[in-house]
Amino acid sequence: MTGIKDLFGKELTVLNLGLESMAQSVKDQGVKVINVDWQPPRAGIPHLQHTQGGIDIDEANQEAVERIRRGQPVLVGMGIAREVIPGMHERMILHAGPPIAWERMCGPTRGAVMGALIYEEICPDEQAAQKLAASGAIEFSPCHHHHAVGPMAGVVSPSMPVFILENKTFGNRTFCTLNEGLGKVLRYGGMGQEVYARLKWMASDLYPALDRALGSLPDGINIKSLIAQALHMGDECHNRNRAATSLFLRAIGPALARTNRDNEVLARVIEFIDRNDHFFLNLSMPAAKAMLEPAEGVAGSSIVTVMARNGTDFGIRLASMPDRWFTAPAGKVQGLYFPQYTEKDANPDIGDSTITETAGYGGMAMAAAPAITQFVGGTPQLATRTTLEMYEITFGEHENLTIPTLNFRGTPLGIDVRKVMETGILPQINTGIAHKDPGVGMVGAGILRAPEACFREAWKALSEI
Amino acid sequence: MKMVVRTLIKPAEYHDSVSLMLAARELTNFEGVHDAAVVMATQANLSILAEAGLLSEEAETSSPDDLLIAVKCESDALAIAALAKAEALLKKKTGGGEGSEYTPKTMRSALAANPGVNLAVISVAGRFAADEAWEALHHGLHVLLFSDNVSLEDEIALKTYARQHGLLLMGPGAGTAILNHVALGFANVLPEGPVGIISAAGTGLQEVSCLLARQGVGITQGIGTGGRDLRKEVGGIMMLESVKALQQDPATRVLVLVSKPPDPAVANSILSQVVQSKKPSMICFLGGDDADRTKIPHITYAHTLQECALYAARAVKPELGEVKEYLAKDATQLAHQAGELRKQLSPKQRYLRGLFSGGTLCYEAQVIWKDMRINPVYSNAPLPGGLTLADSTRSQGHTAIDLGEEEFTVGRPHPMIDNDLRIRRLLQEASDPQTALILLDVVLGYGAHPDPAGELSRAVSAARELAHKEGRELAVAASVTGTEADPQCLSRSTSVLTQAGVMVCESNAQAARLAGMIIADRG
Repeated sequence: MTGIKDLFGKELTVLNLGLESMAQSVKDQGVKVINVDWQPPRAGIPHLQHTQGGIDIDEANQEAVERIRRGQPVLVGMGIAREVIPGMHERMILHAGPPIAWERMCGPTRGAVMGALIYEEICPDEQAAQKLAASGAIEFSPCHHHHAVGPMAGVVSPSMPVFILENKTFGNRTFCTLNEGLGKVLRYGGMGQEVYARLKWMASDLYPALDRALGSLPDGINIKSLIAQALHMGDECHNRNRAATSLFLRAIGPALARTNRDNEVLARVIEFIDRNDHFFLNLSMPAAKAMLEPAEGVAGSSIVTVMARNGTDFGIRLASMPDRWFTAPAGKVQGLYFPQYTEKDANPDIGDSTITETAGYGGMAMAAAPAITQFVGGTPQLATRTTLEMYEITFGEHENLTIPTLNFRGTPLGIDVRKVMETGILPQINTGIAHKDPGVGMVGAGILRAPEACFREAWKALSEI
Repeated sequence: MKMVVRTLIKPAEYHDSVSLMLAARELTNFEGVHDAAVVMATQANLSILAEAGLLSEEAETSSPDDLLIAVKCESDALAIAALAKAEALLKKKTGGGEGSEYTPKTMRSALAANPGVNLAVISVAGRFAADEAWEALHHGLHVLLFSDNVSLEDEIALKTYARQHGLLLMGPGAGTAILNHVALGFANVLPEGPVGIISAAGTGLQEVSCLLARQGVGITQGIGTGGRDLRKEVGGIMMLESVKALQQDPATRVLVLVSKPPDPAVANSILSQVVQSKKPSMICFLGGDDADRTKIPHITYAHTLQECALYAARAVKPELGEVKEYLAKDATQLAHQAGELRKQLSPKQRYLRGLFSGGTLCYEAQVIWKDMRINPVYSNAPLPGGLTLADSTRSQGHTAIDLGEEEFTVGRPHPMIDNDLRIRRLLQEASDPQTALILLDVVLGYGAHPDPAGELSRAVSAARELAHKEGRELAVAASVTGTEADPQCLSRSTSVLTQAGVMVCESNAQAARLAGMIIADRG
């Protein structure tokens, strides 16, 4: 117990809530004052301390965040989607975001689905693919229902090779396809021979080379460790993966060399990874998913364990209600566009890549990646402020993922739906922008905030359990 | 001339009252604007707007979270321009700029980023203040709760928790504290010294500490407990805890306790704590009757703030001489001064009008007038058994008005920050032919207006001119609660007032006594 007398003689550090003039006069005396930009609580959003069932929400969140924090996602191997992803079958296509029927799918998702059907040689052309996709003969299912995540359209078809990550602390496994690069690519809804040819090469050359290399590494590659290093090298591991991709190449390089006989193939594999700054994204995402899954099912927790978009809807799920989606219309991205494209061409926000923000990096770690703010003409100061603001809505902080410019403070971890509603501050998202029409591909990149409505719905549901 | 009233409602936009006031003031200076209000749309503010003729139908539909800007102009075009101007003024205030530092939005995140915080100063609107105080206490912070309008139940619960956890919970309504020589809220720049002060009310603490400073005596700590601390329901929790802490504090050699007369049981429990230590202790239960209390060598009872400061100073510096002698000499001098003044007043000028910004100073003046058998005295904050003004906005007979009372401060800053209301009242009293003398308190220090003496001096000159035009003299007396080191500077403030013809006394008690002597022989 501290006593009042213990305060006497100590240096005061003052927290000021309310009148700014009170802070100013204390500052004038050379005393450290932290001024809070105080806002009254929002009307109709009482602080939820306990669930109706009597669970202490803070305690539940402590548990949920602790589970996320303790996660150790490791790349342990590779496989073919139909063989390794639970529930996957020959007539199933996985997609990003919350569940959606063909009729409501956005252009890029439709494009990616049709492209996948052509790639799989189920359909000969786009017309046939469209007909089949609309016929009901193909089962569409969210990646998130299968321990998988997919960037942008997030389409996974049965024969695609996938990374397999295992959370060594909890034993759960997650899956993600291999990143194709930027421009006209399937995940942005791109269609055409170049798209299919690249995918074929990835299955025929890239996948076996990587798979052999990984097979020679009994401990796999710890992806969280690479993320931690990349955060110190200017990545936030959602929209900037340049450093992390390089780190991955260093980690797997010797094994690639040892396990591949054909130097030309090896060179092309290295070239492909090296020329795709986003290669690591498809490892960063399943790593996030692997860390978050153990928090699913923590009763009474208000921590968000999924944020995902299908290009039509934005959906979130809570640790305490892991099977329930709360959705709202997907938002408009503010960004920079490739030449000839403008925001008129942009599809609404799309992809499972917001799993990175959910796991406490990506937009949450904006301060680590000042270069990203150039997407919106921002400054490094803006990046820092963004991360500092995200601490307002997260329950905890990472221990091992830290930000040098914030004096190695842990990144904001565990979006608390209560705090989002109480403060009105919405999660920051960094993302690529897909063309709204099927077949075109990527047109730019930018940032936005998650839509409030799905958080409101989730908050309401939480207040009723 | 026909006036146009226009309103702009900004839903759920919050600004603190000082920013709003600044915006409103700048707006009234805007060309063609007759009157303007920039307020949160609380019920209280809406009724103020209604009275001012600034309430439009649209405004009536707003909710308390909304920001409401209302202007009264000579034409619609001017009104539209004025509203645009108001928006720009508020934006100017919030514009952080690209390079500016991040300001945390919640206490939680502020503390996560700054683990060294040990004191929270809370001045948010009363209905939110208790929740914030709870959060601060739960984080192990000492709290200065500046906000008013916190329920008695909340106060008791907060203080009980604070006591259990060894924390200070000053307030609610704690306007003044000096902790570790840092002035918090309304407080003065004081020398360091051996006196520890605990006061229920802010201006009591300011007056005593400044009077000590005038005698060259400094303080260790100045703790404000909030005005209700010594009520029966609260039981003096914070006064007791603070006494204990100062008794154990080696730097504090003399204790000073200031409050209105507490509940008898509370007084007893405080006294039984005070006797636990041999440190000289001055107890000022302002205006209370302490004649029957057991005499204890190291305890001195003071009747006024002035006496309290005189006794406390002598406990540190015995060479200052006897208090009674000092007061007697002072009385002779005052009587002479009063005699001179009296000659200038007409027989019709019969009444005292005290216009106070400090509640405790208003109270002390009434105590002194009561001692001088000046009655009846009317007040909006009368002594127990005193007479309440029928209408606080109109004086009757001898009047002592506390302009810091809530009835005057709803939707408006405190009179220590904003002199407007007092200036208006000053002119109102000056135009009353029955007014003999106007008594003012001028409070300096952090938190207070940057130049109260200057603004009040100009108003006094105007008031005296007004009286002259009607063929009479007007006496104005004042005291300045402040120190040389205050940003406004005691001697500078005093000389500005003196130049305007104000009789400036060394203490509020002295000024009240001088005032009393002037009308002593009038009806």
